[in-house]
Amino acid sequence: MRRPLFLGRIPYRRRRLRDAARLLPVAGVFLMILPILWTPAGGDGNRLLSSDVIWFFVTWALLILAAAQLAPGLASPDAPRPDAARPGMLTGDEEEG
Amino acid sequence: MSFNLLVASCLAYVIFLFAVAFLVERRSGQGKLGWLRSPLVYTLSLSIYCTAWTFYGAVGYGARSGLEFITIYLGPTLVFIGWWWILRKLVYIGRQQRLTSIADLISSRYGKSNSLGVLVTVIAIVAVTPYIALQLQSVVLAFEVFASAAPGEARPAAGQTAIWVAAGLALFTILFGTRNLDAKEQHTGIVTAIAVEAVVKLVALIAVGCFVVWGLAGGVSGIMAKIDASSLHDWQLQPGRWTAILFLAGAAVICLPRMFQVIVVENSDDRQLARASWAFPAYLLAMSLFIIPIAVMGIERMPAGSNPDMFVLTLPLAEGQGGLAMLAFLGGFSSATSMVIVEAIALATMVSNHIVIPTWLRLRRSGAISEDVRSLVLTARRLSIALVLALGLGYYRLSGGSGALAEIGLISFAGVAQFLPAMIGGIFWRGATRTGALLGLATGFLLWAYCLFLPSFGDAILPASVLQAGPWGLGWLRPNAMFGTEVMDPLVHALFWSLIGNTAAFCAASILSFPGPVERLQSAAFVNVFDGPVGPQRWARGEAEPEALLMMTQRIMGEEEAQGLFERAARDQGKSETMLPDPTPAFLAALEERLAGSIGAATAHAMISKLVGLDTVTVEDLMVVARESAQLMEHSAQLEEQRGELARTATALREANEKLTALSVQKDAFLSQISHELRTPMTSIRAFSEILAEGDLPVGTVARSGGIIRDEAVRLTRLLDDLLDLSVLESGKVQLSVSLVSMRDLIDRSILATEKVKPERDIEFTRDQVAESVWMRTDADRLTQVFINLIANARKYCDSSHPRIRIAVRVRAGRVRVDVADNGKGIPKALQSMVFEKFWRLPGEARASGAGLGLAICREIVTNLGGTIDYLPGQGGAAFRVVLPLRIEPG
Repeated sequence: MRRPLFLGRIPYRRRRLRDAARLLPVAGVFLMILPILWTPAGGDGNRLLSSDVIWFFVTWALLILAAAQLAPGLASPDAPRPDAARPGMLTGDEEEG
Repeated sequence: MSFNLLVASCLAYVIFLFAVAFLVERRSGQGKLGWLRSPLVYTLSLSIYCTAWTFYGAVGYGARSGLEFITIYLGPTLVFIGWWWILRKLVYIGRQQRLTSIADLISSRYGKSNSLGVLVTVIAIVAVTPYIALQLQSVVLAFEVFASAAPGEARPAAGQTAIWVAAGLALFTILFGTRNLDAKEQHTGIVTAIAVEAVVKLVALIAVGCFVVWGLAGGVSGIMAKIDASSLHDWQLQPGRWTAILFLAGAAVICLPRMFQVIVVENSDDRQLARASWAFPAYLLAMSLFIIPIAVMGIERMPAGSNPDMFVLTLPLAEGQGGLAMLAFLGGFSSATSMVIVEAIALATMVSNHIVIPTWLRLRRSGAISEDVRSLVLTARRLSIALVLALGLGYYRLSGGSGALAEIGLISFAGVAQFLPAMIGGIFWRGATRTGALLGLATGFLLWAYCLFLPSFGDAILPASVLQAGPWGLGWLRPNAMFGTEVMDPLVHALFWSLIGNTAAFCAASILSFPGPVERLQSAAFVNVFDGPVGPQRWARGEAEPEALLMMTQRIMGEEEAQGLFERAARDQGKSETMLPDPTPAFLAALEERLAGSIGAATAHAMISKLVGLDTVTVEDLMVVARESAQLMEHSAQLEEQRGELARTATALREANEKLTALSVQKDAFLSQISHELRTPMTSIRAFSEILAEGDLPVGTVARSGGIIRDEAVRLTRLLDDLLDLSVLESGKVQLSVSLVSMRDLIDRSILATEKVKPERDIEFTRDQVAESVWMRTDADRLTQVFINLIANARKYCDSSHPRIRIAVRVRAGRVRVDVADNGKGIPKALQSMVFEKFWRLPGEARASGAGLGLAICREIVTNLGGTIDYLPGQGGAAFRVVLPLRIEPG
């Protein structure tokens, strides 16, 4: 069976939603590794420890909010389920759209 | 606060938890779970990631190393918000394969290998031992804090407290976790109890945090000022440790046996994981929020030298908040107990499934299983729980119970992180093999033990000389500076070398070794889990006695359930009288899957092998599976082809039908035409013969009438001759008189013969005499007839003012090609396909020409001469191409 070359609007959106879900941790790693490049707080008095604390907790909360926005769409029941998929059927997981 | 009150409240709390678990188990037994299966309970149960390490140790960690503690919670956050990458696949695999533990995952991925199961179990037990010790240490420290707050009371020594706590926890875990043997290794009661504990510890930590921020520091701005003023401000982020611990925590959250248990084994539907993907990070955020404020206030208010790990307790106590301290104590107690319970159950499952039962199976030679395996499994698990706690206690006493909680925990994390390559490689890489996994795990485990675990005992196990100068004086093998990497932090150093060695061995051995058949099946089932299950052909040559199978299943699952299972299978096979199904491959596979849920995949496989006969899967069986799917694909390709053929046939039929319809119209037209053609000469013949019959006519009139009658009779005869000729040619009964003839002669004769057709027209012939010098063996008269017909047509119908007929002869591959073309307007494209049909004439030209049989006769002649004639389009006029063999084959 040949795969369709292009997708309808709704499946297309769902694929992109999955792409976003895959990219979110990458963005998270970037944000959490970034402080390595900062000059240490305290030494020269340019930055404060409290601002570091705020940075981490705010970015952390933003990541959680983003994940919470994505989660319902990813878990929607019309998404392909493993027990519904048959061999040779499009499961919509690994191929790009 | 009195020490006895503390103990009493602990006991009351435990009894409360027990009641929760008991009630839930009973509801579960009645099938009324409802909200207990909700994503919320699942998320809360994940919170056993936050142990006493988080509750007490994070504050100590924060006080010692500033913000570095946050990496322990950021790592899992990244893994969970990235659940679409790894967790989703793990959970699907876990449900499809009915995995019971991480050892089960790795062993069943690599061909249900028992040796791998044993290795993973041993590594897990060793790696987790410091972690269990950490919990014991925290509870003991907490008791100490309260004891020192109320001096003078009789209380046991620290060592004794640890023993009592360990024994109490073992008892509680045994009572909870090993009451029954589920079909799938799920513990709804315990999960619910853990969810309750999750709430207790969160509330306790937030209560202490709120008290610190608003009660002591004077609000948010106050605490911010204090943070900047405190000694923590000098903290510096170490890039190596930061990245390493971030990675380590992310790896640990999926590799820790208890985390695997709650994430994968206890999972029952997709929504749970989707909700947890953000709710669990949110829980971690809430747990971490007040760590720095508590640490900062602790450093400020508590006397120098007090243990920062206990600030959560000592700070409220020092401020005279006895109730808050009690709540904090219960929170810490919750953290420790929930971790120990789940970890011990997970490890006990691994020990019984991968060590005890396989050993027992090996010791017994006969195939039949008559004893009750259930009681054996349960006893094994109870002993394993006791063993795990005893080991933890041993580590606690050996290490002296003095280390910082977080550092102890990180040793465990690095130990379980050794599962990562085999696990991730196993679910994403088809080429990962058992040998690779075995070697990788062993290498990583040994390096971890040498670089991190054994040095953590001080010089109790590794002698000081080895720590200082390396084994046998080999400086480049020192445990904390392998290959001269002295600048690395010990933790980063150990993690770096163990994972490098692990991954390298895993990849290299995987590439070099060849997997067995079961391994290849399992690798496909794991890596392509979203494509649905791999064919149920795992027991292709089953010869088991159904009765023996039933006996074995009863011993494992219990009589009622086993009999029910067999009876359903028998009904599905269409057997109504007996409850014993045939041991078909499908039934055996289903049975194995079901048993795997209780005793692990490797053991279930081994037990069924014992009854069915060893070496049940061969490469041939794999080939059968492959062939079946190949056949399916071939079949669909055939269908596709047939469909295409049908479509082509339909098109051909439609064309034929159109042609027939057009022909039928032509024929009707011709019939009226031919009757007319026949009637016209007949009418004149009759008229003139009547005139002659009257007699008494002038001689001129008689001669003219006779001439007309003769001409008309000739015309009629010619028409009838043509029809006759055509029917003879069509029937193939024509007699050919074959001779050697020159093409030039033929064409000369034909042109000569056609001169009397429209003699008034001056026609120019274009010929190539040299090319026409072709001798061929054929029927000269018949062929001349063809050319005459073609040339006569050209003369008749070419409407050009300077009519020109081009005749081109060419010999190619034993065939002569003759093109006859004029420069008229040709035949319209739509009519080209009709020119050779009988009775066909150019529309509007009917009157002038013959009966429309000329070209039809030509075609029949050429066919009889073994050649073809076609209309040649695109020559600037009407053109025909005759292709004939040089020699006509006789017969």
